[in-house]
Amino acid sequence: MTARPLRVDLQQIADWVRPESRVLDLGCGDGALLAHLREHKRCRGYGVEISDDQVAECVRSGINVIQANLDAGLRMFADAMFDTVVLSQTLQAMHNAEGILREMARVARQGVVSFPNFGHWKHVVSLLAGRMPVTRHIPYQWYDTPNIHLCTLKDFEMLAAKLGLNITGRAVFANGSGVTMLPALRAALAVYRFETR
Amino acid sequence: MSTPPGSVGVVTPQLLRFDSPLQLSSGAAIGGYSLMFETYGELNASRSNAVLICHALNASHHVAGVYIDDESSLGWWDNMVGPGKPVDTNRFFVVGVNNLGSCFGSTGPMSIDPASGKPYGASFPVVTVEDWVNAQARLADVLAIERWVAVMGGSLGAMQALSWTIQYPERITHCVAIASAPKLSAQNIAFNEVARTAIRSDPDFHGGDYYAHSTVPKRGLRVARMIGHITYLSGEDMAEKFGRAMREADYQFHYEIEFEVERYLRYQGDKFTEYFDANTYLLITRALDYFDPAKATNGDLVAALAPARAKFLLAAFTTDWRFPPERSREIVEALIDNGRDVAYAEVDAPHGHDAFLLDDFRYHRVVRAYFDNIAQAL
Repeated sequence: MTARPLRVDLQQIADWVRPESRVLDLGCGDGALLAHLREHKRCRGYGVEISDDQVAECVRSGINVIQANLDAGLRMFADAMFDTVVLSQTLQAMHNAEGILREMARVARQGVVSFPNFGHWKHVVSLLAGRMPVTRHIPYQWYDTPNIHLCTLKDFEMLAAKLGLNITGRAVFANGSGVTMLPALRAALAVYRFETR
Repeated sequence: MSTPPGSVGVVTPQLLRFDSPLQLSSGAAIGGYSLMFETYGELNASRSNAVLICHALNASHHVAGVYIDDESSLGWWDNMVGPGKPVDTNRFFVVGVNNLGSCFGSTGPMSIDPASGKPYGASFPVVTVEDWVNAQARLADVLAIERWVAVMGGSLGAMQALSWTIQYPERITHCVAIASAPKLSAQNIAFNEVARTAIRSDPDFHGGDYYAHSTVPKRGLRVARMIGHITYLSGEDMAEKFGRAMREADYQFHYEIEFEVERYLRYQGDKFTEYFDANTYLLITRALDYFDPAKATNGDLVAALAPARAKFLLAAFTTDWRFPPERSREIVEALIDNGRDVAYAEVDAPHGHDAFLLDDFRYHRVVRAYFDNIAQAL
């Protein structure tokens, strides 16, 4: 059904999900990840999405989508209900970024988070030139951005440690491929996997 | 005769007689009874494309299309059901049925009780959502529909669709429940009770046997409808439609119609008394009050929905204060707890509870998307 290739961070996330497991995808968009996991890994799960357009797309694809605002929390989901909970490129737009991570830890044993790395060298250069960065991964002007909680790799790792989340994997990307050297500066996009201790 | 574009066109209702008694939740049974129904579209060879539409308080089997002798008789959900509509009759065989106890041709309080030769009136048994679903299942038997690909309804109709998933889990593939609730709140019941009190205290009510007196408790029924109507609209919608608009330029210092909203409510109330039966109003509001599938499981909705095997679409409207989104979310949460497939859309429409009957783009798009997905699997 979905012949389109997955976005690079979603492919990494999919690789970290065990076959036939239960997945919760927060900010699931058009349901591409859940559809991929359903078809290739026989996973079952639910997505949460706020946009009317995206919810309709999910429904058309037979995705279990719940239209809700993530900032209102994950009250609908019981403790440890899922094997993996995913938050892809949404953390930076959450009002309560810390709260959603706690909730993720509550509903699943394993969490996966992807976000644009604010520490990317282009952002640093832009800031040194006196301007807020506008790039492919953060394509907004400062005054209209939904991204209110941007962070660097290190920032995220410190928050994870504070919340007692045990980071079990990290993948970083730039221009659609993996980064090995100097990730803190060269990663445009980071994907973390963690387990609840 | 002209029909609106995308309408199923001229339709003909059918009356089906059931001779074997139907056991009711109350313990009573109804001997023989008839159900009015309509169908739209073609049943496919594998009989796998049948959709049942359940009506709410004041609607009927006449879901779509028009009657040949009455151009104004457009079905109550014609914007939803028809060729190219969200529930596309080019792909689905759609059945609308008038519930037992209603007043549009199915056996109800107005019908003649064969035992007495007189209208049932007050002696018509109280029926429940579960009883309706049992009666609908018998209709499905006669139509040789072993399994509905979807049962769909809004409000009280959604409750029937939900009940199908519990009562006949093997006979329903998809449940589409719009503007629903797992049970009425105290406030909901209170509004129903005010409506019933208005009817029952009308001197023309005669304890429910007004047919024998050739009267109709119009005054009570009118008030009941006015109250109901207020709960169907959002405050926002009423403000938008009427505000404080007045009939005259200034106050007339009397109790006749001053404000446009008064005119509207009186009009709705009067119109209702022309076509709706007061005993049916009592019966259907009581069926609403009684609906509570979790009653049998000590209030545990998760346990109540455990037998369900269907896939679900629920939709709720942000301005609906009769059955607000939280009530639909209770159902969604219980379905998730049961590991059921469920999609939930929360539509930011301004029209309150009535939004389920209107054609808000986002609402219709998500229902269309759901039925498109069903059609792909046919």
